Amino acid sequence: MSDSVLLARLDVSQLTPRGPADWRPDVIHRLGAGQRLVTLFARRLGDEALLTSVFQTAAGALEVTRAAMNAAHGYHELTTTFPALHCFEREMHEQTGLRIADHPWLKPIRFEGQEQAAMNGYPYYRIEGKEVHEVAVGPIHAGVIEPGSFRFSCMGEQVHHLEIQLGYQHRGVERRLLGTDPRRLTPLVETIAGDTSIGHAWAFCAALEALAGCELDEHTELARAFVLELERVAMHLAGLSGLCADVGFLQGASSYGRLRTTAINTTMRLCGNRFGRSALRPGGVGLQLPPDLLELVRKNVDLLRTDLEIINERFVTSRTVRHRLEGAGVLSTGQAKELGVVGPSARASGVLIDTRHQAPAGVWKQRPIAPQVLPQGDCEARGKLRIAEMNESLRWLAEVLTSSPRFGGPKKPVGPLAGNQLVISVVEGWRGEVVHCLETGPGGELIHYKAQDPSLRNWMGLAIAVRKNEISDFPICNKSFDLSYCGNDL
Amino acid sequence: MSTLQALRVRLSQGTQYIKDLRTATPTGHHGRPVISTAPCATDCTACKDVCPTNAVSLSKVTIDLGRCVFCNACAEVCPPQKIVFTPAPQMGSDSREKLFVREGEPEVIRARANATFSKLFGRSLKLRQVSAGGCSACELELNAVANVNFDLQRFGIEWVASPRHADALVLTGPLTRTMKDAVQLAWDAMPEPRFVVAVGACAISGGLHDSPEADRGFLERVGPALYVPGCPPHPLTFVNAILDLIGTP
Repeated sequence: MSDSVLLARLDVSQLTPRGPADWRPDVIHRLGAGQRLVTLFARRLGDEALLTSVFQTAAGALEVTRAAMNAAHGYHELTTTFPALHCFEREMHEQTGLRIADHPWLKPIRFEGQEQAAMNGYPYYRIEGKEVHEVAVGPIHAGVIEPGSFRFSCMGEQVHHLEIQLGYQHRGVERRLLGTDPRRLTPLVETIAGDTSIGHAWAFCAALEALAGCELDEHTELARAFVLELERVAMHLAGLSGLCADVGFLQGASSYGRLRTTAINTTMRLCGNRFGRSALRPGGVGLQLPPDLLELVRKNVDLLRTDLEIINERFVTSRTVRHRLEGAGVLSTGQAKELGVVGPSARASGVLIDTRHQAPAGVWKQRPIAPQVLPQGDCEARGKLRIAEMNESLRWLAEVLTSSPRFGGPKKPVGPLAGNQLVISVVEGWRGEVVHCLETGPGGELIHYKAQDPSLRNWMGLAIAVRKNEISDFPICNKSFDLSYCGNDL
Repeated sequence: MSTLQALRVRLSQGTQYIKDLRTATPTGHHGRPVISTAPCATDCTACKDVCPTNAVSLSKVTIDLGRCVFCNACAEVCPPQKIVFTPAPQMGSDSREKLFVREGEPEVIRARANATFSKLFGRSLKLRQVSAGGCSACELELNAVANVNFDLQRFGIEWVASPRHADALVLTGPLTRTMKDAVQLAWDAMPEPRFVVAVGACAISGGLHDSPEADRGFLERVGPALYVPGCPPHPLTFVNAILDLIGTP
């Protein structure tokens, strides 16, 4: 078992599904009492839909409930009371046909199994009025980025409503995760969101090891945490570089950009790939840190810390940057909580959710990493928060290196998976919590794999934050949230 | 104050660009594999069995770089350690058939310089990237070719925002069905002469995402002029492949 990862393993037979009449009030009670919904998903069993709901208690523990109901009858929606559930209810409806009565907006999350023509034909919200005009952007954008469609309803230059349509990246990942020997899935898992390879790979490995009863030593856990923090630093640098480019602050764009090169080249020296592909494998790691490399890694981390301080100082004091970012794209604390936003986007709005601090034991308990949080919720806060997280991660990496850690060594064998088990693992990736849920059948075969990238929940945060902003500020709002399209589309 | 800060940043930045992109080798990178002729263990199929994308074929051990994701798994399981992933980034090709590394053939895979391409695009080449199921790794690496380290602009090669301004359509991802129309639209909007570059295992063969959710009809109709292997390809792999094709030394 992976101590550093927030994890729950349950015997499915102990998890008696409730009927909708019991399950729904229980969800309302839990959310009303301050629990947080981590995920909610369903699968189809004949005429029935089997729902799995995962909550996090105020103390940080995961609790799981299940419901079974006739899919055609379904249940009465919860989104109106708890908007954070909108994406889960929409996804369940899309994936299983489950009826969710009176749901305000059952728009498909990713248009699974459909053609682009069906997506083009889907009616966007329209605002009527003589002064209203619409701006359609996408699915192809004017940069080297993933596709997605944005429809703005504007009054003059001001955005009144933004509707985001995704699904252009749908590759059918969840189905493919069930098609092969689960022990060989790492490369596929690493591309669920290719910029969060390590976050997703760790959630997968931890879940698989829990199913196989494979115990890891602390060196392996530390090695995984080490590359996870490197991934965080690298992607925060990439995001800041983009944010700087979008406000025309080119010194920041080039400096953060070249420092990202140093960060990802460090990962490459450890595992052979700049994105940490193959760095994690079930039962161990695919990376090494021999003594000669240790010196180089130490040098790189020191260089990052020194040079970052210089460019960070310029970033936070530059008038250009402040003028553009201050007050733009505000997501209030209340909105962030209501929408269930996670990760740095939540923390920059004053909502502290960081699952690294909620794992019961493991690397971050032995070597704490300080949580970062800012109250403002604007583009500037999201930029500054990423700077603060980078600084803290680099401090942590430097601290780990002073102990001359040993990475590598033989992998533990991952044996057959236990049957009739449900495992939920949560890893704090750079973009927020990465949630993987694996369920095995009687013979230990995988019968359900739910992979959840934080982007699924955060896209609505962007849509709400951009309201009442100039449409010309959309690029910086978008970049400050820095969400994954394929992570949503799967 | 801010001038001083700017100078400090400039000073710490130093010189970041890689002088010679043609010979630079990314130490530690899993790049072009080399397969030795050391005899295989009897009836061993370990390398083939472990491959996540069916890139390895046997009798004479062969790796299809158009499918390979460079995960090193085959090298790790090979009893006589026949397979080594070298850091060499050069492995782009103008032909799908040439993307195969065979046992005992240390031949360097490179795109052939094409006189027409060289005349048309040798001094100015504008690229429009479209991701159709790319996981963001290829896209990040393609962005990186324009950063201060790789600085592809030094050769007159640039990313452009509109397909109207582009000479080449650079595709990533397995070509998801939901992007089919958009890819075709982008291609139709490009003025001739124009060509397609397939970047990464997904675009070349479907790679890890060779699934029914992909519709690869476009690539079957419009064959790529250049294939750039990797998962994702290192920026140097892309740079070298492009320069090879347009005949830039």
